[in-house]
Amino acid sequence: MGIVLSTVEQGLIYAILALGVYITYKILDFPDLSVDSTFPLGAAVTATMITNGMHPLLTLPASMLAGALAGAVTGIIHVKCRVRDLLSGIIVMTGLYSLNLRVAQDKANLPIFGTDTLFKNGLTAALPDAVADYAPVLILLALVVLCKLCMDWFLRTRAGYLLRAVGDNPTVVTALAKDGGMVKIQGLAIANALVALSGCVMCQYQRFFEISMGTGAIVIGLASVIIGTNLFKNLSFLRATSAVVIGSILYKACVAIALSSGLLPKPQDMKFVTAVLFLLILALGEVRRKKVKAHA
Amino acid sequence: MLELRNVTKIYQAGTINETCLFQDFNLAVPDGQFVSVVGSNGSGKTSMLNIICGSIEIERGQVLVGGKDITRMSEFRRHRTVGRVYQNPALGTCPSMTLLENMSLADTKGRPFNLRRGTDRRRIAFYREQLSRLNLGLEDKLHVKVGSLSGGQRQAAALLMSTMTPIDFLILDEHTAALDPKTAERIMELTDQIVREKKLTTIMVTHNLRYAVEYGDRVLMMHQGKTVFDRAGEEKRGVTTETLLGLFNEISIECGN
Ligand SMILES: Nc1ncnc2c1ncn2[C@@H]1O[C@H](COP(=O)(O)OP(=O)(O)O)[C@@H](O)[C@H]1O
Ligand SMILES: [Mg+2]
Repeated sequence: MGIVLSTVEQGLIYAILALGVYITYKILDFPDLSVDSTFPLGAAVTATMITNGMHPLLTLPASMLAGALAGAVTGIIHVKCRVRDLLSGIIVMTGLYSLNLRVAQDKANLPIFGTDTLFKNGLTAALPDAVADYAPVLILLALVVLCKLCMDWFLRTRAGYLLRAVGDNPTVVTALAKDGGMVKIQGLAIANALVALSGCVMCQYQRFFEISMGTGAIVIGLASVIIGTNLFKNLSFLRATSAVVIGSILYKACVAIALSSGLLPKPQDMKFVTAVLFLLILALGEVRRKKVKAHA
Repeated sequence: MLELRNVTKIYQAGTINETCLFQDFNLAVPDGQFVSVVGSNGSGKTSMLNIICGSIEIERGQVLVGGKDITRMSEFRRHRTVGRVYQNPALGTCPSMTLLENMSLADTKGRPFNLRRGTDRRRIAFYREQLSRLNLGLEDKLHVKVGSLSGGQRQAAALLMSTMTPIDFLILDEHTAALDPKTAERIMELTDQIVREKKLTTIMVTHNLRYAVEYGDRVLMMHQGKTVFDRAGEEKRGVTTETLLGLFNEISIECGN
């Protein structure tokens, strides 16, 4: 039971990241690698704020702001300096590694034991034992549903329409007398705000910041998005955002099963298996895209 | 007045493939004029439209609107007063958005793209009415993704979208080329109607000589980056498809074809 619960909890935390990756990868058609560093950025901001006695709730908007700034930088490098999308992400990822250490008070590992967090505070302590076990998953569920609903709402505003248009057909955005580059920058900012929020929540969940906690975050995000959107693409009543959230939980479940079933000779083979799976998914996706293009 | 003054355009400058398409090219289009442009493939029609819209840069010369130099103005800013339908039907619409969402986007042009609802429900009846003018049954496809419409349907929707909000200039690049003859006819009539209703200054590139003769109040023929024939007003009325066809043949004989 414990393992199921923690799998769902982690799936929900990464679902926030996956929603961000959904914006860059699916809506903007921009493979944004800076995610690997904006995830720990959110965690670094959170750990530093909490160890300095600030309220855990304040870390949510603060890390989102930090993530948004980093995302905007990726966008500016891509749009204004005309650097290719993948490389823009790599530049920000590299630079943020140092910056994240600075934010985390020059520590590669910053624990936040013994302080209040989103998951352990006066309110959760007052809960009866039977409920207390489920407090984290309920808090996470509420947060994820809130993020999802906000995103659904945003994507149906005028600004959201424009964001979808720029990934779909930038010429239309130009024809609307709008600067497509600016729209992309905004989209990257929003996406990385979500990614950093996910890092913020993860930091409070595991009760420490760790400099390498973002390694492979982009893979988790992409896998969740691809699993979610492909698995549920025929269910029209299920919004893409819901599909992504479920995709994230499914991905974490697959990982948990793979690790516990002894399918993997060693746990450290995990990344290799992930990479192979990932390649398969991308390659299949590419074949499908070509087919769609041929029909267009 | 829309003007191109002494425009020089060189493609792939500084390489062995360097080609000078326009050299001291001039064009002046008075407000409200409807210009039809014909010319063989590669004569520079699309390039001329791209220069007007700011989609490509020029080596020398000026682009002026109402006497104001807009040569350095970015493409997206110029589109505040420009509506454009492209040669390629895929360029005018967002394929993964529904027809209603596309119409709503077009309807928001010129206003802030803020956090208000993307689709104004009160406008749906208006969109339906506009779409029904096309006679393509699109008024019943508002919730269909545009990517699953035919090229002709998309092009028709693109024409409506580009002229939905107030603009001064309409730029059309073979916008009926991808359509079947009957639809092309309908879209051409509608184009003429819209141009008159909104008093738009229009430049229409077409390969259909009959359209060039029947519609508009000026006809231009281009060849190798030069205007080889230009008739407006009363003079234009005397131009027939035979005149244009004769010119085409003359030119190709000169070129040794
Ligand atoms: N991006 C480009 N690079 C190099 N040459 C180009 C480019 N675009 C157009 N040209 C050349 O300019 C000439 C005119 O092209 P275009 O304006 O598309 O003609 P049209 O629309 O009249 O068929 C052609 O010879 C074409 O090869
Ligand atoms: Mg052309």
